[in-house]
Amino acid sequence: MNTIILKTASKYLLPLLLLFSIFVLLRGHYLPGGGFVGGLIAAIAFVLHAFANGLENTQQLMRIHPGFLMPVGLLISAISGMAPMLLNKPFMTGLWKSDPVPVIGSLGSALFFDIGVYLVVIGATLTILFTISETR
Amino acid sequence: MENTVGYIPFLLLGILLYTSVLTFPSVRSNGFRSRFSPLVPIVSFFYFLFGFDGSVQTTTVWDHSLLPISITFQIDGLSRLFALLITGIGSLIFIYANGYMKGAKYVQRLQCFLLLFMLAMLGVVLSDDLILLFIFWELTSISSFFLIGFKNEDEASRQSALQAITITGMGGLIMLGGFIILGEIAGTYSISSMSSPEIISQITSHGWFVPMLILILVGAFTKSAQFPFHFWLPGAMKAPTPVSAYLHSATMVKAGVYLLARFSPVLGDTPVWNIALISFGGVTMVYAAFQSLFRTDMKSILAYTTVSALGIMVFLLGLQSSDAIAAVSLFILVHALYKASFFMLAGTIDHETGTRDISQLGGLGKVMMPLFAIGILAAWSNGGIPPSVGFLGKDLIYESTLHHPAWAYVFTGLSVGTNIMLFAAGLLVGWLPFRGTRSHPSVTLPHWSLWVPALLLALLGMIFGLFPSIINNGLINPVADAIAGTEQNIHLKLWHGFNTVFYLSLITMGVGFLLYNLIRPGAKLLSFIESAEHWGPKRILHALANEFVGVSSWITMTLQNGKLRIYLLVILGFLVSLLGYVVLSDTNFVIDKEQLTNITIYEGITVGILFISVFLTLFSGSRLAAVAAMGVVGYTLCIIFVFYSAPDLAMTQFTIDTLTVILFVLVLYRLPRFIRLDFSARHILDGIVAISVGALMTVISLEVLQRTPEREISDFYALNAYVMAKGKNVVNVILVDFRGADTMIEIVVLTIAAIGVYSLLKLRLRKNEKME
Repeated sequence: MNTIILKTASKYLLPLLLLFSIFVLLRGHYLPGGGFVGGLIAAIAFVLHAFANGLENTQQLMRIHPGFLMPVGLLISAISGMAPMLLNKPFMTGLWKSDPVPVIGSLGSALFFDIGVYLVVIGATLTILFTISETR
Repeated sequence: MENTVGYIPFLLLGILLYTSVLTFPSVRSNGFRSRFSPLVPIVSFFYFLFGFDGSVQTTTVWDHSLLPISITFQIDGLSRLFALLITGIGSLIFIYANGYMKGAKYVQRLQCFLLLFMLAMLGVVLSDDLILLFIFWELTSISSFFLIGFKNEDEASRQSALQAITITGMGGLIMLGGFIILGEIAGTYSISSMSSPEIISQITSHGWFVPMLILILVGAFTKSAQFPFHFWLPGAMKAPTPVSAYLHSATMVKAGVYLLARFSPVLGDTPVWNIALISFGGVTMVYAAFQSLFRTDMKSILAYTTVSALGIMVFLLGLQSSDAIAAVSLFILVHALYKASFFMLAGTIDHETGTRDISQLGGLGKVMMPLFAIGILAAWSNGGIPPSVGFLGKDLIYESTLHHPAWAYVFTGLSVGTNIMLFAAGLLVGWLPFRGTRSHPSVTLPHWSLWVPALLLALLGMIFGLFPSIINNGLINPVADAIAGTEQNIHLKLWHGFNTVFYLSLITMGVGFLLYNLIRPGAKLLSFIESAEHWGPKRILHALANEFVGVSSWITMTLQNGKLRIYLLVILGFLVSLLGYVVLSDTNFVIDKEQLTNITIYEGITVGILFISVFLTLFSGSRLAAVAAMGVVGYTLCIIFVFYSAPDLAMTQFTIDTLTVILFVLVLYRLPRFIRLDFSARHILDGIVAISVGALMTVISLEVLQRTPEREISDFYALNAYVMAKGKNVVNVILVDFRGADTMIEIVVLTIAAIGVYSLLKLRLRKNEKME
């Protein structure tokens, strides 16, 4: 698509939407939101950018193939699930830091699990969309 | 000893991680990463060697509270011996494979499959849960399929791989049936809790005991290549030799023996068990030993002697006396040591000379002295000549057959006969190629990695024989304890004096040597003996397999013929007929008007938009408009979610709908112009299916409102979300904490789907790879 408005807007919208997606990810434990929705929003941000500026530009911006986010996300989720086992607790037991951290709030293994979900969702969605639009 | 068993899940996970690292294409020159692979089995080997002493240790990773399934690992003497063999021989095989495959393509891929296979084997021998064991069991079949078919450009190789996975996979499936019956009648799926006397008597006296036992035995027999399922094993020799050495000396085929040994305390010593194991094992050991004598291919000889040795183990497990259990405990180790060295020897000779045909090899001893030493040492142990550990093993075998109360003469005769033939076959591989005139003058001694691993194993066979006390208490006795289920007292001794057993050994060696001198396999004998195999069970199973393939491809072509329409019709048709049956037979179609709330103006407008957009989706003349209208349908649903306070759902639905529209547009963009064809029967059928699915969903949603729902679960989540998981958003807490494991699996599925799309669309087949 070749509209100057969308092109200009998408440049500002991409970081804003990404920030928003992280915000949605972080607030998920108390208010509506979470890794899944956050990931989808981030994916939409990139798709919007790709629509306005062309797929090649977005891919250049991302540097890595979005597919690599999937194993990274899976690994983070798996590790956060396994971590309690080192303390002899069952798989997926929530671990929490006793004092809250500024900005993020209280920190627990569930957050890392959600970050993993977030990355996998971005990776999977973008892999599918980019692959389909690349194929001629 | 401190509790080291807790590290087992991490070890298995570590192996898996390393395996996945290997799957990435290597950036540096070929095989840089593959040089480090032997470290994985070596580290595991030392963990099992020093971490455990044969006492029973258990660790539970995960326990399902409702289903009788758990991820529990247990290690005892039997598991430890197998784990040591798997990792120990694995270490040497990895070093050997690096030498053997040097410069070849796909070294990394081979190591990947080998590691996956090793992981699966470790899982089989360490699992305490029936279902977990089954999963690893199937994983060994699958990974061995890739290993056997590693030379995937060779049709015979692919054929053998298919044959192996068909036989072992089918056996595994049958075994699963047996496992489920066993778990149900025992009331537990944990193997270790089955060994209490009450549960054993509950199992053995149950009416389903015999069918269950037969099912499990089929699984074990197919895996361990017992007659009449034996033929997949010689076929599997198409694999690269390091693979054969690993799969057929210590691992894959021993899984069946392991299974029998594992269940021996629970199911053993019942009439069916004894008769089945003795007869199948007995037939296998004699038949395969006889077959091995007439082969000319070294690997083929070794394959049949392996089948025969597995027959001996099954036979011994059928005898169930404490002598027999001691014999099988030792023989597992003995066989692994000499057979792995034999296989590596055959591989090295093949690698250097280009042939494995013993009728064409000769005089290699002069240039390949260390290989000759391996051949002699392995044949020594294989033949049971003192002072090798093979002698101890054979001693115990004769001891156990001689003391059988009813059939001592028959059984002793059979095992002496088998051992005579195995003795001769061992000489054919380990002695014959090195004697006589030189067949390959230019051959020299290969790189150390091609012979040192085999030499080490062959030497161990001698060391253990000379000093049996090294393995007696630490290794073999705990194995016998585990197989018998009671305390055993084994005293391995080299010299027992001049008794019957010793004379039988002398007879074995003497006659075996005579037989070796009499027999010189050649093409004529080979074709004769192969015709016996041709008309045997292989033929029947082949015909069955062909039928099976025919029926399954018919079903596939009917239900999944590649047309999206048919897929949807099949899926939705099934859904409607199954769910519809249940719902319609138990619904009274009454709507309680008291419960309904008034319709607000916003809701009315939203539903109005919904209707209009559904109409547009169905009847619009352009695809793009239809897709956009469908997006509107999704958005109106989101708004309804918002009305009924489900913001999480609304948010997710909203983003999903946006992406769906984008996806549709991307795909539809490529389709030819939309043409509305005449109204046909196809449209009517589609309409009927669509309407019935919609009607069914409506009925179900209304019915859900009518029933007083079980609120226990949602109350539990609502109450405990903050208390237990420190979150106020119940939906998200369920996703990341209470049902975190589910989410974990879901993101794995998501990843698989993305990889699927990627590989399907990026797949570029070469011309010769395309199907006609």
